[in-house]
Amino acid sequence: MDQDMLQSSEKATQSQWALIRRRFFRHKLGVISLATLIILYVVAVFAEFFSPYPPGHRNPDTPYAPPQTVRFSFEHGLHAKAQVPNIDPVTLNHYYTISDEVVPLGFFVRGEPYRLWGLFEWDRRFFGPVNSGNGDGESTLDAGLNTFFWLGSDKFGRDQLSRLIAGSRISLSVGMLSILATFLLGISIGGISGYLGGRVDNLIQRIIEIVNAFPQLPLWLAFAAVLPGHWSSLRIYFMITLVLSLLNWTGLARTVRGKILALREEDYAVAARLLGASHFRILFRHLLPGFTSHIIVTLTLSIPVMILGETALSFLGLGLRPPIVSWGVMLQDCLNMDLVDAYPWILAPVFFIIITVLSFNFLGDALRDAADPYR
Amino acid sequence: MNSEPQSANGDGPPLMELRDLQMFFPVKGGVLQRTQAQLKAVNGVSLSIRKGETLGLVGESGCGKSTLGKCAVRLLRPTGGQVLFEGNDISSLSRKALKPYRRDIQMIFQDPAESLNPRHSIGSLLEEPFLVHGNRDAADRNRRVLKLLDIVGLPASAIEKFPFEFSGGQRQRIGIARAIALNPKLVICDEPVSALDVSVQSQILNLLMNLQEEFNLSYIFIAHDLAVVKHISDRVAIMYLGKIVELGPTEEIFRNPLHAYTRALISAIPVPRPGQRRERILLKGDVPSPIDPPEGCAFARRSWIPCEPEELDKPGEFREVSPGHWVELHPATVEDYASYQR
Repeated sequence: MDQDMLQSSEKATQSQWALIRRRFFRHKLGVISLATLIILYVVAVFAEFFSPYPPGHRNPDTPYAPPQTVRFSFEHGLHAKAQVPNIDPVTLNHYYTISDEVVPLGFFVRGEPYRLWGLFEWDRRFFGPVNSGNGDGESTLDAGLNTFFWLGSDKFGRDQLSRLIAGSRISLSVGMLSILATFLLGISIGGISGYLGGRVDNLIQRIIEIVNAFPQLPLWLAFAAVLPGHWSSLRIYFMITLVLSLLNWTGLARTVRGKILALREEDYAVAARLLGASHFRILFRHLLPGFTSHIIVTLTLSIPVMILGETALSFLGLGLRPPIVSWGVMLQDCLNMDLVDAYPWILAPVFFIIITVLSFNFLGDALRDAADPYR
Repeated sequence: MNSEPQSANGDGPPLMELRDLQMFFPVKGGVLQRTQAQLKAVNGVSLSIRKGETLGLVGESGCGKSTLGKCAVRLLRPTGGQVLFEGNDISSLSRKALKPYRRDIQMIFQDPAESLNPRHSIGSLLEEPFLVHGNRDAADRNRRVLKLLDIVGLPASAIEKFPFEFSGGQRQRIGIARAIALNPKLVICDEPVSALDVSVQSQILNLLMNLQEEFNLSYIFIAHDLAVVKHISDRVAIMYLGKIVELGPTEEIFRNPLHAYTRALISAIPVPRPGQRRERILLKGDVPSPIDPPEGCAFARRSWIPCEPEELDKPGEFREVSPGHWVELHPATVEDYASYQR
C-alpha cells in the first residue's frame, strides 16, 4: 500500500482493479473456469462454423447412432470407422456394427453452406467428415453416406454435437440476458429501497419477501400458460428471460439495499447531499461505485441459476419448444427412461450444463475472493 | 423560552437566527416499533449569528452540538422551532426549495478521510459543487477548481490525485475548498480540527481565519476543545444536554464564566506552564440521558453549588446578565444567585 501511494496518480486509480486482477489470477480453478467459459461462449458465437452439420438436419437412416471415436493412422490420417445401422428384431432397438469403411475427417472441411449471423455466406466448418462429390452445387449432405457423429445422434438421426453447439447459443445467452434484466431491476429497486428508506423501504422489502415466498414451479406453470402458443420462438425466448429475471432480482436488490443503507450515512454522501446534488447523482456517482466489485460477483454467481432455470423450464416443456434448439429442449428426449437406458449419449447436454454451471460458480468464487479486501 | 439574545452592538439583522430550535428523535421499541420516548438532542435553542462573526459552540460529546449544526444546514429537518437565514424560515423547506440556500450555507466535516469520496479525484470532488449548481462549462470549472486549490494552499498538481494520497491536514484543506467553492455566507465547522495532529490544527485554524477575512464568512465553530474555541471565536455558546447554558463574547466567557458548567469546563483546560495549577472542578455523577431529560434545570443535580432540595426541579431562566452575556440562572448554576434577582 505504501508503495502504491508513492506511485503516480494514474496507477493509483487502477490500483484497486489491478489488485483484484492479481489476486484473481492466483486462483487456479477460477482461471481454468474463465478459460472454459471463454471457449464455450466463443463456440456459441460462431456456432455455425463450429458445428459439423446444420442442427436440424435429419438422417433418417441413422437414428440413435452411438458416438464415434476419432482415430488416427498414417494411412488414412484422421478418420472414423463407418457404422452400419441395424434393428433388433425383438426389442426394435437400433444398434450399429462398426464396418471397415473409413470416414475421412479433417479441419476446415467443406460442409453445408450457411450464413454466419445471417450475414456472411460460407461453407467451411471447423471439423467434420471430408465429403467427396461436392463443389458441383450438390448438397454435401445428400452426396455421400459419410456421416460422423462424435457425440452420437438423436431419434431423427440429427448430430448431437451440432445441436449442442447450436443450443448453447440460446442456453448461454439466456443467462446473460436475464442477468441484464436482473441487474437493472435489482440495482434500481434495491437502490431506491436503501436510499429512500422509511416507508418505501418497508414496502419494497415486504414485496421482496412475498416474491421469495412464491413457490417457483407453479409460478412457472402459470407463466407458461399465459404465453400464447402462436408466438414466435424469439418472442417466447425473450419472455423466458424476463420470467427468469422477475424471479431472481430479489437477491441482488437485498444486497444493494444493505450496502446503500450502510454507505448512505457516510460523510461523503452527506457532503454531496449538502451540496444539493440530485438523488440520482448521489446514488450513481457516490454510492454505487463503492461496491461495484460486489455487484459483479453477485451477478456472476446468479448466472448459473438462470441457465438452470431455462433448462428446467424447457425440460418440463414450459419454456422453449422444439423447433428452437436449446440444452433444455434437447433434454426433453430424456423424459423416457428406456431411451436413456438404451442410448445414454442423449444425456450429453447434462454434461455441458454441469460444466457451465460449475465454471460460473468457480469463477464467481474466485472473483469474490479477489474482490474481498478483508482476507 | 426567550427571544434571541441579540447582542448589544448588533448591526443589522443576523445572518442566521435559530428560534427555540428543537430536534427530537423518536426512540422506537417493541415488536410494533412504536415510539416509546423522545430523544431530545436539541431542546429549545435560540441563537443568532451575525455576518462575519465566529460563534463557538462548545459542549461535551452527546450534548447535541453536532445535531444543532446539522439542523442549521438543514441536513436534518428540525422537529420544532425556526431556522431563519437572512430572515427567511428554512426550517421546513423541501429539498428542492433548499437548493438555492445550499450555496449560502455549507459545512466542513470532522474527518476529511471520510467526507471525501475515496474513489473520486480531487478535481472531480472540487468541481462537483459547480456541476451540481449548473455550471456546464468544463474549462470554467477547471479554472475555478485551480483557484480553490490555490486559496487553500495546495499545488495545482493535486487536481489529478486521490484523497488517500494526502495527509490529514491536506485533506482537510480539500474539505474546506469544497465548502467555500460556492461562496457561502455561513460555514458550519463541525469539529474541523479535532481529527488532526496538534501541529496541523493551528495551520487549519489560521487558514479558516484568513478565509473569513477574505470572503467575509461567518462560522459556527463546533468543538469540544476550549483552547481552540478561545482562539478562533468572537462569541462562545456553551451547550449542555440540548440547551445553551451560557452565551457571550469569548473574552467575557473565559474571564468571567458564570455558569457552574462553564466553570467546570474551563477548569479542565490544561495549563501550559509547569508548576502552575488551576483548581480543577469535578462534577458529580453523569450527564442525564437526553431521552426524557429532567424537568427544570438539567444541571442542578450535578452542580457543586449548594442548593435547597425543593429548588432542584425548578427550571432555570436564561437571562442577559451583562451586555451580550447570557446565562441560565438557577440557584444551583450560578454562585450568588440572589444578586441576579431583580
